[in-house]
Amino acid sequence: MGISKRRGRTPSLDAVAGNGLINRRALLGQGIALAGAMGVGGATGAAAEPLKDEAWSLEVGATTPPLQTPSRFEKGVVRALSNPKGEFRTSHARTPHQLLNGAITPNPLHFTIIHAGIPDIDPAQHKLVIHGMVKQPLEFTLETLSRYPLITRTHFVECAGNSAGMFSNEPLQAPAGLIHGLVSCAEWTGVPLSVLLDEAGIDPAAKWLVAEGADAHFLDRSVPVKKAYDDAMVAIYQNGERLMPGNGYPMRLLLPGYQGNMNVKFLRRLKAVDQPSYTYFESKNYSQILPGGKTWRFHFLMEVKSFITYPSFGHHLKEPGFYAISGVAYSGTGRIAKVLVSADGGKSWGEAALQTPIHDKAFTRFVMPWRWDGQPAVLLSRAWDEAGNAQPLRAEFVAQRGETKKPVATPLAFPNQHYNSITSWGVDSKGEIKHVYA
Amino acid sequence: MSTRNTLAACVLALAFGVGTAHAQSAPSPAPKLGKAITENDIKDWDIAVLPNGTGLPAGQGTPQEGAKIFAERCSACHGDSAKGGVAPFYPALVGGAPLTNGIETQKTIANYYAYATTIFDYIRRAMPFNASRTLTDNETYALTAYILSLNKLIGENDVMDAKTLPQVKMPNRDNFILPYPDRI
Repeated sequence: MGISKRRGRTPSLDAVAGNGLINRRALLGQGIALAGAMGVGGATGAAAEPLKDEAWSLEVGATTPPLQTPSRFEKGVVRALSNPKGEFRTSHARTPHQLLNGAITPNPLHFTIIHAGIPDIDPAQHKLVIHGMVKQPLEFTLETLSRYPLITRTHFVECAGNSAGMFSNEPLQAPAGLIHGLVSCAEWTGVPLSVLLDEAGIDPAAKWLVAEGADAHFLDRSVPVKKAYDDAMVAIYQNGERLMPGNGYPMRLLLPGYQGNMNVKFLRRLKAVDQPSYTYFESKNYSQILPGGKTWRFHFLMEVKSFITYPSFGHHLKEPGFYAISGVAYSGTGRIAKVLVSADGGKSWGEAALQTPIHDKAFTRFVMPWRWDGQPAVLLSRAWDEAGNAQPLRAEFVAQRGETKKPVATPLAFPNQHYNSITSWGVDSKGEIKHVYA
Repeated sequence: MSTRNTLAACVLALAFGVGTAHAQSAPSPAPKLGKAITENDIKDWDIAVLPNGTGLPAGQGTPQEGAKIFAERCSACHGDSAKGGVAPFYPALVGGAPLTNGIETQKTIANYYAYATTIFDYIRRAMPFNASRTLTDNETYALTAYILSLNKLIGENDVMDAKTLPQVKMPNRDNFILPYPDRI
């Protein structure tokens, strides 16, 4: 849309849905009109203390460090840990979505799950081998992979157990980052896996790759060759820098839109085989029980999903007035096509503005202008992807996939897998926010 | 295609040596930076086991042998007779409720695993937690046999080896559904 066209148009400030949701077009460069309509124009502000220079402006600042870290005022923006003492069990670090914005997760805040500690890998010694049903087994190093024409793609990675607490029959009270913190999104750079498999000359009868890491438990998963030739890569950069140790340094498998656990970190071996290995993780953790007792395996796909990050549990709305509801939407089957937001518990919905560019199998940030009238409200988001898949409503999801018989006690528990239904945040008249089921 | 684009395509093709005139003899555009190795070079790394027994090593073990090793190497976390340590981190390796109990039913070897080869594979690559790859293949077979015997999936005197282990029938094997068969 050209500027000239936009300038001549008066955005509609009509409510698009109940309880104060405002047409998203109000966000398009009409801030003054919007502010005026909201009655928060600066002209009515009461006189305050005259502005003075603050102390930090009156002296020369700090020396520039070689590696930047966030401001000391942002010390609380950290991941939530499940195993801070490093006991002999899995360690999870969850992304604090309620404190972040945009569509890219900063590397230090990208979620990690590590089953046997983070290995201290010397990139000069690490090797990746491709073997099994191939014409010529091959060995690669970080140095040789770095010489390939690298591709760069923005993709989310989500643990199949992300949001598992949402299977609870009563809503868990926890921040968005504790409930949904096992998903993050980064720009990954690496070598298309198909290029490496072609060089090794994969046997057409090989339908699976057993992908294995160099961690202390040699974590492995069976990956369909079909996915390897679709959009898989061996990633060696994360948001422009080498991978974080917890995210697979120096190289990891990236299978866009598939269970995080399959995106094998510290990748050291790909064995082409004619049948899946039924590794521990695909045999147990990352498969699931359905109501009635049947079981799903090789689910792989992380389906279309969204959740509101602001305002959400733990935030406090100080006063009635204008707020921008914001969150992330993503789908393992493609680009996000549409996000609807409700402020009345799902009775009425308005279409949120999607921030561009919208990448395939990546976070898309959505924004929905809202005028809170100070009365109780229930905020929901629901996403659709370009393949036409809709994020399931909670009632239909629970009917198909079940819920627990007793309340789940902690967001660190994994009562089941692959939750992609709606999250609802209930705002009370004091502006406090709780997790509710709508 | 514009003249400029055609020219660019030709230059690119020549740079990679894939012009049609040279198609038979020209080098492939693939960088081919992988170092050729043999399966023998990888044999110490090649610990993947398939359900049909491919990848299982020589060796064998019995439940009785496994019981002794379990008491020394495993029971500190998994409890006496594999009844479980501090749940849910160190789960029981014996028993299991029916899956009809609900979606949050603890998945166990007896009520869930499709193949017994998974037990051997996982012990060999990951157990004991802080000392993986220190058990011999015979010890791994023995521990696998012990756990299967505790769960009454094999007899008390059954020997587990590369031939017998893949033949163990796991109760939940035929209960699985593929939600996305076209992705395989």
